[in-house]
This record gives sequence, C-alpha cells and structure tokens, in this order.
Amino acid sequence: MASTIRVRAISSGETTEVQALIQHPMDSGFVKDANGAIIPPHFIQELTFEYDGKAVFVADWGPAVSKDPYVKFSFKGGKKGDDLKISWVDNKGESDTTTAKIQ
Amino acid sequence: MNLRSAIHFASAALALAFGAVPFAVASDTIDPVADAKAFQNFFTQKFPKLKPEDFVNGPYSLNEDMHRQWEEKEQFPPYEFALDLGKELFAKPFKNGKTYADCFPNGGIGIRQNYPYFDEKEGKVITLELALNRCREANGEAPFSYVKDEMAALTAYMAFTSRGKPFDIKIPNDPRALEAYQNGKRYFYTRRGQLNFSCASCHVQNPGERIRAEILAPALGILNGMPIYRSEWSGMGTTSRRFTTCNSQIRGVPLEPQADEYRDLEYYLSYVSNGLPISGPGARP
Repeated sequence: MASTIRVRAISSGETTEVQALIQHPMDSGFVKDANGAIIPPHFIQELTFEYDGKAVFVADWGPAVSKDPYVKFSFKGGKKGDDLKISWVDNKGESDTTTAKIQ
Repeated sequence: MNLRSAIHFASAALALAFGAVPFAVASDTIDPVADAKAFQNFFTQKFPKLKPEDFVNGPYSLNEDMHRQWEEKEQFPPYEFALDLGKELFAKPFKNGKTYADCFPNGGIGIRQNYPYFDEKEGKVITLELALNRCREANGEAPFSYVKDEMAALTAYMAFTSRGKPFDIKIPNDPRALEAYQNGKRYFYTRRGQLNFSCASCHVQNPGERIRAEILAPALGILNGMPIYRSEWSGMGTTSRRFTTCNSQIRGVPLEPQADEYRDLEYYLSYVSNGLPISGPGARP
C-alpha cells in the first residue's frame, strides 16, 4: 500500500517550509456508527518530523484532530536535497514512516 | 367582478393551462439554448467581477478570504488520496480481464465533459456514475455505492483527466431528450421539503450569501467541480451525494441516487453550464 503520508518540503535558503497530509481515520471514540455501536477511538498520538537526526517538529495529538490531518510549519535550516523523516504513532500502536527530499 | 371570483377565475384558467400543455408550465416553448444563455447572463450580471470560468470553483470565487484559503489548500488538496485510489481502480482489470477503459469512448480519459448524455436508444439520461456501475455489472462485478468511496474515487480520476475541457452537453433532436431537460428544469425550480426550498432558492437567488456558516455556491458551474471532498463530510462525495444531501437538508425525503428525476436534473444543470471548464475533483468546506 502506498504511504499514508504525503510531504512537500521546500527550502527557501534560510528556512524550510513543510506541508504534510496524513491519511488516518482519527476516530475520537465519541461517534456511533449506523447501528448505534460506538466506533472505538483510533487517533494519531505523536507526529514527528526529523531533520539531520534532530526532531524539528513534534506534535502531541489527541482525538480532537480531524480526519486526514494536514500540517504546515517551517523551520530554520534545511538544505535542498537533504532528507526529512516523518513518522506517526497512533493509540493502537500502529505507525508509519516516510522520508522526503527537501526541494 | 369581485376579488374572490377573479381569483377563482384565475386559478381555473391556470388549472386548464396545466392540464392542456403539461410541459409548458414556465414558458410557451422549450428553448434550451435561450435558457442557458439567460442562466449564464443572470450569474455574470449578478457577479460582474467574475470571469465565466471562475464559477466552477463555487464559493471560493465569491469570498476573498475563502479564495486565499482555497489557493493554499489546492497546493495540497484533500482529494489527493481519492484521486490515487481512483487511478488505481480505473486501471485494475475486472475478473474477466476487461477494464473500465473498454466501456468508455477514448478509454475513459478526458470525457467527463460529455456526461450526462441522452441515450436515444433507451430514451433516458445516462450519467457518468450510472455508466460506471453499468460497466461493472456488464462485466460481472457488483455495483458500487453511488454516493462516495470507490465511485467518488473513480469519478474524481475521470474528472481530473478532463480538467479544463468545457462542458459539452448535447440535446439530440428527440422529443424525449427535450422532455428530460424540461423535467430537470422543473425539478430545479420546484419547492419541496418542510423548509419549502427549491434548488434555485439557494443556488440562484442566494449564491454568495451565508446559510449558517457556509457560503452558498452559484448553480452555474456547480457540477463542474464534482466529485468533491467536503470537509463537512470528511470525505469525498459524488453528484448523487450532493443531490440527496441537499434534499434532506431542506427536510425533504431524498430520492434514490440516480433516480430519473436526479438524472434529468443533472442533465439540465450540466446543460446550462455548457462552455464552462471541468474543474473536478474539487474541495469544499
């Protein structure tokens, strides 16, 4: 299966702007399905962006974040052609990791 | 003649008119070309700043703040996952080895602007969603749900390959085609539901105005952006989903997806947007 993470990181010299879209149901645990049964909570708890072995962005997420979340931020540094590593872990222990080249 | 008898007389005359000429309620003759021209003129005069092709982006063209948000969103659109799934599904052969490409002209690529069309053999309007499910059934596969998921992914991919091509809906020289068009038009302007809204109440009389937190889209070009990722749905939806949800939001009872009335409505609404480019798949708040 294709990765659940889409990333675009663009360096403008001093800073690097990162955009990411993650495919995840982000079920809060408060919603019922058509039969009235509760959909169990299933959400990303930690999202990490690593550059050069250092975390440049860490998000502690909870059930309030929407489905298929979108993140945008920028950090100082980052060179064209370098790798940016992105990973998430959810409350069920599932995870995904991908690496993107900074453009 | 007093007022009361005048009203009686008028309603009797109306009843007569309805009974005698069933398809000439709104006007004396059905003239789709003039209809489309009047329809497009209405919107371009209401929003003189907009170019015709701006209408296909719905509310995003009507509000500057939303336009900025949308431009940012389009760099990383939420329908990307559906688009990828659609591409994959479209290429994947059925159990008998055939693919969707075998069911459509030009292998299904770049043809969205020709749907819905009027099938003269069957005497009915054929929409893209209907054609896709018929293609599946003809090849021994179970049909998809018309409202979302796979169907939305497939139509998203087919719309994407047709982006920028102007809507080119034809009304063949067949009285049934004209009747389908007129039925669609009547459906569009008929009030229904507990709120007593017609499609036109929102999308002709009030585009650009707010309904609660949403900004209403103009009816012109409203189908060009289909299918859409709606943040409200947190997912993709097809034209069928849009029609059925509209009907339940005005507290009416929606018809079955791809009912004759909806197909006629899609035919009418697409025809009056002829010439406007396909912009689907779209993203809406």
